[in-house]
Amino acid sequence: MRFRRTNLILCLGYMFLYLPLICVVVYSFNESRLVVSWTGFSLKWYKALLSDPIILRATVTSIKVAVLSATVSVVLGTLAAIIITRFKIFRGKTLFVGAITAPLVMPEVVMGLSLLMLFVGMEKIFGWPLGNGTATVTIAHITLTLSYVTMIVQARLQDTDMAIEEAALDLGASPITVFFLITLPIISPAIITGWLLAFALSLDDVVIASFVAGPGATTLPMIVFSGLRFGISPEINALATILMTVLSIGVVISAVLIYKKKI
Amino acid sequence: MGKIKEKVISLISEVIGKIGGRNLLLMFPGLWIILFFICPCLILVKISFSESVIASPPYTSLLDWISGNVLQIRINIGNYLALFKDEMYIRGFVNSVLIAGTSTVCCLLIGFPMAYAIARSSARFRGILLMLVVLPFWTSFLIRVYAWIMLLSQAGLINTLLLKLHVIDAPLPLMHNSFAACLGIIYAYLPFMIFPLYSAIEKIDYSLIEAAYDLGGSPLTAFFSVVMPLSAPGIYAGSALVFVPALGEFVIPELLGGAGTLTVGRLVWNEFFGNMSWPAAAALSMVLLMFVVLPIVLTQRRREIKLLSRD
Repeated sequence: MRFRRTNLILCLGYMFLYLPLICVVVYSFNESRLVVSWTGFSLKWYKALLSDPIILRATVTSIKVAVLSATVSVVLGTLAAIIITRFKIFRGKTLFVGAITAPLVMPEVVMGLSLLMLFVGMEKIFGWPLGNGTATVTIAHITLTLSYVTMIVQARLQDTDMAIEEAALDLGASPITVFFLITLPIISPAIITGWLLAFALSLDDVVIASFVAGPGATTLPMIVFSGLRFGISPEINALATILMTVLSIGVVISAVLIYKKKI
Repeated sequence: MGKIKEKVISLISEVIGKIGGRNLLLMFPGLWIILFFICPCLILVKISFSESVIASPPYTSLLDWISGNVLQIRINIGNYLALFKDEMYIRGFVNSVLIAGTSTVCCLLIGFPMAYAIARSSARFRGILLMLVVLPFWTSFLIRVYAWIMLLSQAGLINTLLLKLHVIDAPLPLMHNSFAACLGIIYAYLPFMIFPLYSAIEKIDYSLIEAAYDLGGSPLTAFFSVVMPLSAPGIYAGSALVFVPALGEFVIPELLGGAGTLTVGRLVWNEFFGNMSWPAAAALSMVLLMFVVLPIVLTQRRREIKLLSRD
């Protein structure tokens, strides 16, 4: 009896999570321009999407920004995680940890607004970076994702046995050798997860990008967002389906990789 | 020129030697955070105390050199006072708290049974079930909001279906109200509630629940006197993880809530993009930050008190 009830709960819960998304996917293949009245199977919205120059350009911009910011964020985040877990108490450590994790709870509007005001100030003094639209978005996204990456790598570092690193140091390896031969392989699954999360977060952000993006740096979410203000359109369904497929494949592959590594 | 270059290089290497490799490592993420997180926050504080003017940038500076040696500091608290005077701002804050609170409670009501069911399912399926909870989180946020626009809008799936089945005669106003905003937030943040709840419930020893049954407790008693107290850390963590981001949320209230659902996030956006009033937007942001920091400090304090009382 109890077993059945938990199954019912799970069914309802997953239906709530997945039914709306399944609707989006199904109606992306609908022939009619009116999204919800089914008139027949068609791929024409995918064709329309792939020949839309604005969307294509925005996709390229978004992917560029996401790859760059995820990569920088992973390097900085790994350094920060090592500092937090491996360094003894130093002056300002609490402040460092606090400032690194604070963007996690910072409302997006506040973060976007404050970064834009910094960029305006910098532009006045150095004449940079407002002219370069993608640079501002990339910097903002690194700041946003840095805390997520740090948390993920830090959790992994805390779980690993420090004795292995100490043994290598005792046997005469330099700290840099120890990092590349021992620490890095151990934390690599966390680094991959961190990179993917940073990539997905950057690809997903609309609020911060809307604040800081300069002219010519329109990202894909900004286009989708302005499209959504006008209601539903089958092209967005098609775009959503493509994005969902790519992202889910990425998540499943990384999950399998990490799962295998653990065994 | 050459001499200066040499001097600079020797100075830099001397500095690096003095700082040491360890501190050099610290400098990269540290400098990044100072430059791109702490500095913007300080600038925001500064602008929140300035006055709005029609210029570029559209705010007055706080410091002014008057004649040779008089430095004048002008602090304008009018932006903060306006937040308490204008009914629109107060309504925005009240709305935000109400929407975030309702969504948190609903997430708890949906998330708890789900987390419990996952924790009690066989170990073989647990990994897959958990992954199925995160998977929607990885698909784009905007797409998840779009899915609900498609379901709820005037010509959306639910209205079309009900009209076709002759359940209703006219489309229901499902979108552009706080109900839709809450629904969107619940849908978007449910994984944040399920995960901490799951990890708390998973640790509960099931024999304790059986003991409660054996001693004659009803399922309700067993739940309220055993399961709930033991999963309290998960309840606090999950609630904070939903409430805090929901409070400053902009996209969901904007797209699903419509014009009538005024929230702090939308007010900041409108002050900046609509009214071009940077000081007002900055002051609103500062107050919003207070609202966000408060629940975190409170849960932190609770944990500290608990740790102290345990010792």
